[in-house]
Amino acid sequence: MNFKLKDLGPQLITVIAVVLIFGFFTYNAQINMENRGIDFGYGFLSQESSFDVQFSLIEYDGSHSYFRAYLVGLLNTILVSVIGIIIATIIGVIVGVARLSPNFLINKFAAYYVEFFRNIPLLLQIFFWYFAALRALPLPQDAEAIFGVFFLTIKGLYVPAFIWENFNIFFYSIVTSIIAIIVIRFQAKKLRETQGKQIPVFLISIGLILILPLLSFLIGGVSLSFEIPQLKQLAATSFVYDGGLSLPPELIALTLSLSLYTATFIAECVRAGIQGVSKGQKEAAASIGLTPNQVLKLVIMPQALRIIIPPTTNQYLNLTKNSSLAAAIAYPDLVLVFAGTALMQTGKAIEIVSITMFTYLSLSISISILMNWYNKKIAIQEK
Amino acid sequence: MNKINFLKPDKSNLNTYLYLGSFLFFISIFDVFLNSFFKLNIIGFLPNFLSFIMPLLLGFIGLYFIRIEYSGIKKLDLLNKHINTNNFNAILSLLIIFVIIKSIPPILDWFFIGASFAGDSKDVCTGSGACWTYIKVWMRRFMYGMYPNAEQWRINLSFIALALLGSVGYFATDRFKKYLTLYYVVIYPLIAFLFIFFFISGGPVFFDFSYGIIAAIVSIIIGFFIPNKFKFYYFLIVPLFLYILLKYFLFFEETIELGKLDGLNWVETGAWGGLSLTFIISFFCLIFCFPIGMAFALGRRSNFPLIRYISIGFIEFWRGVPLITVLFMSAVMFPMFLPADFFIDKLVRCIIAISLFEAAYVAEVIRGGLQALPRGQYEAAKSLGMGYWKMHIFVILPQALKLVIPGIANTFLALVKDTPLIFVVGLLEIVGMLNLAKTNPEWLGFAMEGYVFAAIIFWIICYAMSKYSYNLEIKYKTDR
Repeated sequence: MNFKLKDLGPQLITVIAVVLIFGFFTYNAQINMENRGIDFGYGFLSQESSFDVQFSLIEYDGSHSYFRAYLVGLLNTILVSVIGIIIATIIGVIVGVARLSPNFLINKFAAYYVEFFRNIPLLLQIFFWYFAALRALPLPQDAEAIFGVFFLTIKGLYVPAFIWENFNIFFYSIVTSIIAIIVIRFQAKKLRETQGKQIPVFLISIGLILILPLLSFLIGGVSLSFEIPQLKQLAATSFVYDGGLSLPPELIALTLSLSLYTATFIAECVRAGIQGVSKGQKEAAASIGLTPNQVLKLVIMPQALRIIIPPTTNQYLNLTKNSSLAAAIAYPDLVLVFAGTALMQTGKAIEIVSITMFTYLSLSISISILMNWYNKKIAIQEK
Repeated sequence: MNKINFLKPDKSNLNTYLYLGSFLFFISIFDVFLNSFFKLNIIGFLPNFLSFIMPLLLGFIGLYFIRIEYSGIKKLDLLNKHINTNNFNAILSLLIIFVIIKSIPPILDWFFIGASFAGDSKDVCTGSGACWTYIKVWMRRFMYGMYPNAEQWRINLSFIALALLGSVGYFATDRFKKYLTLYYVVIYPLIAFLFIFFFISGGPVFFDFSYGIIAAIVSIIIGFFIPNKFKFYYFLIVPLFLYILLKYFLFFEETIELGKLDGLNWVETGAWGGLSLTFIISFFCLIFCFPIGMAFALGRRSNFPLIRYISIGFIEFWRGVPLITVLFMSAVMFPMFLPADFFIDKLVRCIIAISLFEAAYVAEVIRGGLQALPRGQYEAAKSLGMGYWKMHIFVILPQALKLVIPGIANTFLALVKDTPLIFVVGLLEIVGMLNLAKTNPEWLGFAMEGYVFAAIIFWIICYAMSKYSYNLEIKYKTDR
């Protein structure tokens, strides 16, 4: 009896403390809202928002609901995170590998890159790109074309838009080739494990992903044309580009700084992972007659990936959360559109901040679940 | 065996290829050098594209010629080993050398040669380089924010005093070494708080806290005489009781003025800013987030399920949301949770929010250290008859914390780098001040200088911190 009481005491005290704190907060919140005449509820989500958003992936204007504004913000956040993750991974892997290069210059270059970018606050980097670097770009009328079709101006990057015909056939052809590649990889693995035969899977994959879509162009009636941005004069000194896709400078500044910053951390993860594979593994693989490429592909990478993936997942999560800094340069992400403009208009602080936090929480948790699943899949199958 | 291969660089025809190769390599670098420093193009007579690609081509051939294994010349072998192992590496090395040579003149020009330092108005900034005059004129704002110029000696004095007090550890003799932990964990933060409260702020802004401080000190002193058995419950109840006693029964409104120093004007926290605010916020968050994080790390490894789940919930919640939404919460949502007449200063709310946020990360780092300790340590401590707290304070935590020094340093670095986010609640530290200065109509167009200036400052702080943590790691490294 005495023993149980000793166990129960601290737990009970903690729970009572937590309940008291939350109770205190809720009680005050109720009183405060009564005093200010605000009622609690999520009904405002279906009301008309009556504010505009500069850049949105889905159709949106002031006549849509707050919920749609929320979706616009969420999609913009996801867009910037996905682009950022892709670029950061590419830069991070290159720099991480470069830091292990025997070449003195490349090695130092990569090391300085990492030391430089990771010791400067991300917000400062975003401000730098947005307010200092991108502002130095030419006006639309002075911009020179890059490869004749891209225009990098102070108002953003203009790229040609794709105009598809029979896009669905093209899409199906790509899906088919991906399925075919997965099947072939699976079979190749089986063959390798049962009969020891090696099939050039990589070459076949490249061939498939090129040939099937090409066939869809030749036979399936798919065609692609480009809409190149054209300079248009609005007023005597005001020019814009018409047509094509335009990427706002906010998006460019944000993805640039996010990916350059996160890449330094990913580079360190990659370096640690490759260094974590013991030298003996490489030598053992070479001594049983594997070619250098095979050593890398079949021995080093699978082991290094196990070390690399968990910390890299953390970096992806960080990048997603850091994308909320967009609010500082007025890129319409979730925080700016929803926790900023919508909150100012409705005054529903508790509801909106809690929805925003919950959204980020679920984004984080879903990425970490996905990565944990992948991590478990490639983990060593120990008995 | 005496066959000499004229086409393949080899040890046998070393000299020929060495001279030829070094000459070509030298020519290529010389050409880029002239091109970049003196705007001369010695191979300008060639067609455009060829003239552009020529240095790379020459350098590549040169490096190929001097790639001679075991040449016997030490420097050549070193060169080959480090930048010239194969064709691919040779091209990359050349490109990097060219980029460095090409980028030196513009950078030098922007930072020094074309830059303007003198004067105190925008008119002197006519050169092609940076306008450091802008930084010079705005220096006080970048350092102290809107803090009145006449009062800035208070910040300087406090910081110098705190820096001196902080360096006590280096001069402590062995006799006092054992008190250092107590000093740094309890006394020093307290002194720092009093300095900032009385000196930098100069008024009873958060005076409520001083009751708490008195209550804490008194209860800690009495605590030494309480038997161990009741200590937990003692510290749970008595400080709160003392606080309430002090606040509502012993002191009266008139005595509040006691805490105010004569002759110092009150400067509200809204006027604080610049780099000094960065330091103040980082310092306090650093002090608060560490014990909170430690508590939750222990909580997450506790045997009591309820405490464990509460800790997991806390940690995962803060780790899952971005700091900016936490600050939003502290700005717009937190006041709703408090009684209407209860006002907490913006700065304090900020510090609480950032501390809780970073505490979750610290907790995870410390948990890693706790998990890395072998079970034998726990078992040995238990077999000596140590209780939970004794075991953790004297055996487990010292070892675990030693293991996680790099992780904690990274978290603190992240904390310092996160301080600019307080712009969300309207506090302007150095980056915020830069954005304000940038929009001043008299000083438009110097955003670049400002950001470069702040970047250099932050880089120095963060780099120094990471190097310091690296030294700590080596200092406390014990072989197992």
